[in-house]
Amino acid sequence: MFGIPAQVLFGQLLLGLINGSFYALLSLGLAVIFGMLNVINFAHGALYMMGAFVAWMLLTYLGINYWWALLITPIVVGAFGALIERTLISRLYHLDHLYGLLLTFGLALLIEGLFRNAYGVSGLPYTIPAALAGGHNLGFMFLPNYRAWVIIASLVVCAATWVLIEKTRLGAYLRAATENPALVGAFGINVPRLITLTYGFGVGLAALAGVLAAPIYSVNPNMGADLVIVVFAVVVIGGMGSILGAVVSGFGLGIIEGLTRAFYPQGSSVVIFVIMAIVLLVKPAGLFGKTA
Amino acid sequence: MMTANGDARIVLPAPGIAAGMPRHHVLIFAGLLVLLLLAPFVLYPVFVMDVLCFGLFASALNLLLGYNGLLSFGHAAFFGTSAYIAAYAAKDWGFTPELAILLGTGAAALLGLVIGALSIRRQGIYFAMVTLAFAQMVYFIALQAPFTGGENGIQAVPRGKLFGLVDLGNDLSLYFVVLVIALGGMLAIYRIIHSPFGQVLKAIRDNEPRAISIGYKVNRYKLAVFVMSATLAGLAGGTKAIVFQLASLTDAHWTMSGEVVLMTLLGGMGTIFGPLVGAAVVVGIQNYFSGVGAWVTVIEGAIFVLSVMLFREGIVGILARWLKKSL
Repeated sequence: MFGIPAQVLFGQLLLGLINGSFYALLSLGLAVIFGMLNVINFAHGALYMMGAFVAWMLLTYLGINYWWALLITPIVVGAFGALIERTLISRLYHLDHLYGLLLTFGLALLIEGLFRNAYGVSGLPYTIPAALAGGHNLGFMFLPNYRAWVIIASLVVCAATWVLIEKTRLGAYLRAATENPALVGAFGINVPRLITLTYGFGVGLAALAGVLAAPIYSVNPNMGADLVIVVFAVVVIGGMGSILGAVVSGFGLGIIEGLTRAFYPQGSSVVIFVIMAIVLLVKPAGLFGKTA
Repeated sequence: MMTANGDARIVLPAPGIAAGMPRHHVLIFAGLLVLLLLAPFVLYPVFVMDVLCFGLFASALNLLLGYNGLLSFGHAAFFGTSAYIAAYAAKDWGFTPELAILLGTGAAALLGLVIGALSIRRQGIYFAMVTLAFAQMVYFIALQAPFTGGENGIQAVPRGKLFGLVDLGNDLSLYFVVLVIALGGMLAIYRIIHSPFGQVLKAIRDNEPRAISIGYKVNRYKLAVFVMSATLAGLAGGTKAIVFQLASLTDAHWTMSGEVVLMTLLGGMGTIFGPLVGAAVVVGIQNYFSGVGAWVTVIEGAIFVLSVMLFREGIVGILARWLKKSL
């Protein structure tokens, strides 16, 4: 097809979907946090890395398997995030939003540096759980089960988040507090607690992405450092306006990146940034964003 | 800052413009000059040159961040691009060092024009994210382009002869060239922020909608100061490449962008001398702890957190408050 072997094309398409799954989960968390706190969470990549490490620690030190890690890790890392929000970030809300960015950047350096000191940079293996080992031959390509699982899990989590925010009472409080925190507080809802919960939830999503990533990429202190910048670009392209926007642009850009790798490999690492430049020229608020 | 006034063209004279530089600024610049003239005889000259290059780099960022309120998280793009171009020109084309640095600086200015024009289309946090993303793009290009030497960078760049006459192989003679560049750059920044143009920048920083309503073409000012900042960051990068005879991926990486933000924050955003002080502290820490691996990152992260939580004014900012003088 177009001079590219179908195997290569579908292989890169699959890889693009996998990357897109992580972009979607991470940009979703960033968007949820930004909507409520007006803070761009630079530590998102570091917390994603922590998610992978906590899963690895649970398995290595406590013998807790992948499935339990999938449940426990987001709670543990999310609680850590809530602690950070309570003790540090919440003290900056009355200041320029840039301080939130600077603080979380410092936290990212701190967390990544500590893990690098403790575990080095060579990366630790995490074996694919037995139930998801192997794969299927689809005729036109080989589909490893685990990779299919990651895509499905990401889609399900994104959909569940959408339901949570758009269709439940808690989500209604959250959306109301995003619009007008003072009024929602006057109705007797504990807005600061809602904010802490939101940050913890966004961080939990990042940690979940980390657990999903652990068996694919090696567990490495640097795994989130460069990723978070690409996710920033994804968020700028999609606009922070909607959950759907974060998910669609996450998957869409993952696929575009994969296709670029198939047709023009040299361009694959910059294609997302080029698209960002074009979007800034054509629609500065982002594809799904409201004009600020 | 300005009382309501019908005339949109009024430009308030900055305090101190009519009277020239205030006396305590003259004294500090003079004291700094004396100190820096003596420094290479007491300290290792290359270390002081390192501080000077980063002091200029941080001052360039401060021009944008401290005086126009724009947080660029991508200044490594200009620093790194200039370092690569200067190194390539000096090594492969045999340019004299001053021409190599000029060429690098020019490239940084051009890149600043392109990235700036795109980035100022978004504001606040988005601006920071967009600059960061563009810088990452520059980093990937530096990683893949054929002339940058990939992971190795451009090594063994000749220091050459200044104007083809003065041999800069000697650390001391190079030191005085770097001193002139760094102090010259800082004085240029001083001049910019104390000009009518600088007053408008501060007005935009303090209240952008108001500056627009008074009739200023805010985006032109932002782009102009962005290009100036990128140019000076490029000047620092090109000089650094000649001093260390090396341009590498580190110069263009986002950690470099973060480091220069840290220097500015720690020294004091919106102060004249803060970035230089911040650069001295951070470069000092990097040298002191260079043997112990990732601890430098941890310490830098901790300083970031502490500065944001407790010392938002920075070292020089706090001093200025105590002394009740602008520094």
